[in-house]
Amino acid sequence: MNDGNTAPLIEVTDVVKRFGKVVAVNGVSLKIDQGDAVVIFGPNGAGKTTLFRILAGLIRPDEGSLSVEGADVTYEYGETIRHRIGYISHQSMTYTQLSARENLLFFARLYGVADPDEKADALLKRVGLTSRADDITATFSRGMKQRLSIARALVHDPDIILLDEPFTGLDQHAAEILKDTLSHLHDERKTFIMVTHNIRVGLAISRRVVVQVAGKIAMTCDTDGLNPDEFTERYFTIVGGKHY
Amino acid sequence: MTFFQGVKAIVAKDLSMEIRGKEIISTTFMFSLLTVVIFNFAFDMAEGNARESAAGVLWVAFLFSGALTMNRGFMYEKDEDCMSALMLAPIDRSAIFFGKMLSSLLFMLATMTIITPIFILLYNVNVMERPLWQALSFFLGATGFITVGTLIAAISVNLRAREMMGPLLLLPVVAPVVIAAVKFSGGLIMNQPVEQLMIWMKVLLIFNVVYLVVAWMVFDNIIEES
Repeated sequence: MNDGNTAPLIEVTDVVKRFGKVVAVNGVSLKIDQGDAVVIFGPNGAGKTTLFRILAGLIRPDEGSLSVEGADVTYEYGETIRHRIGYISHQSMTYTQLSARENLLFFARLYGVADPDEKADALLKRVGLTSRADDITATFSRGMKQRLSIARALVHDPDIILLDEPFTGLDQHAAEILKDTLSHLHDERKTFIMVTHNIRVGLAISRRVVVQVAGKIAMTCDTDGLNPDEFTERYFTIVGGKHY
Repeated sequence: MTFFQGVKAIVAKDLSMEIRGKEIISTTFMFSLLTVVIFNFAFDMAEGNARESAAGVLWVAFLFSGALTMNRGFMYEKDEDCMSALMLAPIDRSAIFFGKMLSSLLFMLATMTIITPIFILLYNVNVMERPLWQALSFFLGATGFITVGTLIAAISVNLRAREMMGPLLLLPVVAPVVIAAVKFSGGLIMNQPVEQLMIWMKVLLIFNVVYLVVAWMVFDNIIEES
């Protein structure tokens, strides 16, 4: 992806993050270029979410550096880069006491979106929630909340999308909408980085694979020509688990 | 997105949720009312006694309701990890603090506004004889309490023992403001000259400034680590 002349979009170098005595991320280095589609696999407790939160600027690493387009942002993750990030987690990050539209309007205002009403309506239509737009989200199913979460993450047209186990608990409809949305984002040369346990889905929508085990990067490879079954066997060998 | 737009958006969101759910105001109002009623039955509230203890009873009711307000306000942000969504927004993170603080302050002031006339009726003591000074005392006391409380609520919201840890951390830190507010309000109720009470007003002002500056400086680190 990188032609060698330009700095990577995001670069983490020897990043370490500890929580007490637990080393969640242990010397991770990773380069992500504009338009890259990276999937991170790993068992529970591998430090994937911690790495993600470092990439999103939600937490700062204890050691190592983080740069965006060559600028060091390790300790000062600026408002400019936050404006470029859309974050989809297994939690919806939306308020259950507000309606779907009110949630989107609130986040649109926080991001300074020019026409919040128009943007909210367009996104509600895109994720299939127009008919429930004015219902409070406490009444929504898990899948509907996750569809709203997708809309929330895209409300400011980010060019970097971070997806932390976004398919967890999704119904078929919501999973299809998410896949379709990711496909569109791919076409628009948006950069996305995804953590998932679903190996087949992860390989299908990414260009590069990273396997993280015990806080360290255990393997990276391109998905071009990668056989899912062979990869799955390798993955379970690396993480030391059994594949049933 | 400016700092003030961020604060305004967060306050508007909190008000909108409260108007819909009325969770905070109804809970804090009932709690304050219970406190005032119980004190009314527990102590001999003859005219002299009532006047002497009025400020203490009122501020106990105010502070308990304020503590409930802040905890509930941050629980909204904990549910569904909304705090992370706020932290990802391209606003100065102190705008999150000031937004949460202002909405909690509005809820506490609303409860104070409702409970004060009820107190006057129950105790037959007009605590608002010098309304501007008393309003200033209420406002500064509530601001200092809510400023520290918002910070503590941000620290303790992810703790399992948050209901216990919140007050344990909060009350020692906020003691100077509480003492000054009770003394100033009590002095006004006892018809002491305002000049004699200015020392408490100065304490309130100084601690409010200190709390606000410290909260503004450390909030970013607190929400990242909590």
